[in-house]
Amino acid sequence: MSAQPAGPIDPTRVAGQPRVRRRPGPSLVVGGSIVAAVVLMALLSFVWTPHDPTLVNAAARLRDVGDPEHWLGTDKFGRDVLSQVLVGARTTLFVGVVAVGVAGLLGVPLGVVAAMAPRWVGETLMRAMDLLLAFPALLLAIMFSAVYGGSTLVAMIAIGIATVPSFARIVRSGALQVLSTEYVLAARAAGRRSWGIGLRHVLPNVSSLVIVQASVAFAIAVLAEAALSFLGYGTPPPTPSWGRMLQESQELLFSAPRLAFVPGLAIAVAVLGFNLLGDGLRDRYDPRLEDRR
Amino acid sequence: MLLHLVRRTAILVASLAVSSVVVFGFMVLLPGDPARVALGVNASEEAVGRLRAEFGLDRPLVEQYASWVSGLLRFDLGRSYVSQVEIAPQILHRLQVTLWLVVCAMLVALVIAVPMGTLMAVRHRRPSGFLLSALSQVGVAVPAFLAGILLITVFAVRLGWLPANGWTPPNEDPAQFLRQLVLPVLSLGLVQGAVLTRYVRSSVLDVQREDYIRTARAKGLGPFRALWRHGFRNAAVPVVTVLALQLSTLLIGAVVVERVFVIPGLGSLLLDQVSNRDLVFVQDIVMLLVVAVLLVNFLVDVLYVVIDPRLRAGHS
Repeated sequence: MSAQPAGPIDPTRVAGQPRVRRRPGPSLVVGGSIVAAVVLMALLSFVWTPHDPTLVNAAARLRDVGDPEHWLGTDKFGRDVLSQVLVGARTTLFVGVVAVGVAGLLGVPLGVVAAMAPRWVGETLMRAMDLLLAFPALLLAIMFSAVYGGSTLVAMIAIGIATVPSFARIVRSGALQVLSTEYVLAARAAGRRSWGIGLRHVLPNVSSLVIVQASVAFAIAVLAEAALSFLGYGTPPPTPSWGRMLQESQELLFSAPRLAFVPGLAIAVAVLGFNLLGDGLRDRYDPRLEDRR
Repeated sequence: MLLHLVRRTAILVASLAVSSVVVFGFMVLLPGDPARVALGVNASEEAVGRLRAEFGLDRPLVEQYASWVSGLLRFDLGRSYVSQVEIAPQILHRLQVTLWLVVCAMLVALVIAVPMGTLMAVRHRRPSGFLLSALSQVGVAVPAFLAGILLITVFAVRLGWLPANGWTPPNEDPAQFLRQLVLPVLSLGLVQGAVLTRYVRSSVLDVQREDYIRTARAKGLGPFRALWRHGFRNAAVPVVTVLALQLSTLLIGAVVVERVFVIPGLGSLLLDQVSNRDLVFVQDIVMLLVVAVLLVNFLVDVLYVVIDPRLRAGHS
């Protein structure tokens, strides 16, 4: 163990003094680059795709990778795979942002409240979070789809709700640590109200935990969206989605396995990117883990 | 010890009660009448009314809930609105198939994770440890259904060693059963193994820093021997927790993997009933999955005390 203080807070850092700059670790660099690439792909798809991703073209069915007109080939309807992957990145990021946003907006305040409220309120909230953990994202989404039918919105909300407990737990444990510090005691002695302490001291100090958790949750959201679209409960056609591309490729596994490789690779690389980014950020923000890398 | 058990049992019962209300409420509060949904939009009011009366949907909600819960407790789930089949035997039958997948996948995950994770921890500053760590990161990023598709492409399409899909009950043709089991179990197990490996690694890393391991090493035991004699029991507590949490991931992961390999398990049953719009059937399966997850979490909490005698002392 290093002699560094535990937890997200760094009391050795005096306000106003710059943080000591450390070189970003390899996880942060690789993860950050992958995530940046996915974001760029999604942005690019707004202004340019080689072809219309939804254009059905019977004359160009099942072109192979390396085709001069279709670099990553075409699917069974003659749709351009590269264009679909680019627009699919947009779908994936959109679902991720909304799902993580829902989870953060609900989970962070719940975590802070659970830490600051009377003990029984906090315990009850945390038990409720434990219970929510028994409903994984995919199960919730399937339940929602059973009634509302599959759609991107249903997928996003279900994934978001299922990710709330992880935010609430992490924020609560971070908030409890902040609340035991002397500056919070001083703020209390100075007569600052609870919500003032929550906003001024607790929230800023748990923000690094929230960022790390958001990155990890993003990876989970990407996986869940892909699985849902694969099952046919996610993004409805014709909007391209990596999960549905995989599902459509399955019947052609014997003749054109590349149709599965391209979206599969996109999913795996994106998830890897967000996981690595989360690891890298955690290494950077949590000095306890320094000697673990 | 006894207090701990009583406390945990109380939490379990409360969780089961609340989740049953949640699942029931979810299906009731949502728009759409199950009878109308089952019969379709073109059904006459009369037919819908008959079905509502037949399945007790016209009774007060509390009464409906009570009869559903008492049915659950007796595992008598009645008949489906849509297909009119008995629900409980269907679920039991499909559950057996899914359990084969989940249990075998968990074994595969353990067989991979314990040695790999330990090796990664012992060698964590060397290139081999780093390489294994990178490999497990990649494994974590691959969803089980993608692993399934990749395994099919290699072992069924390219090499032709194993069937690409299908299911044969073990008592009908054991050899075929095993051949068809390999790929789905591997696709679930490899991915879970990669996740678990990372927890084993960090757990063993924690234990390695403890004084008792240093003492054992100072007495002349090698790094693996010291861990084997003194470390594994201590490292097991967090790993067992994760293993339990993974059970829910595995059960849900099985839903998708069953779809990939066309296996008639609980997941396929759930998805079929969702597309049949058979809300009551869906409600029963969801509740069963939730009960399974809660029960396993309970058992793990009890198991802690068996693994770690210090907890026993702390609670008595």
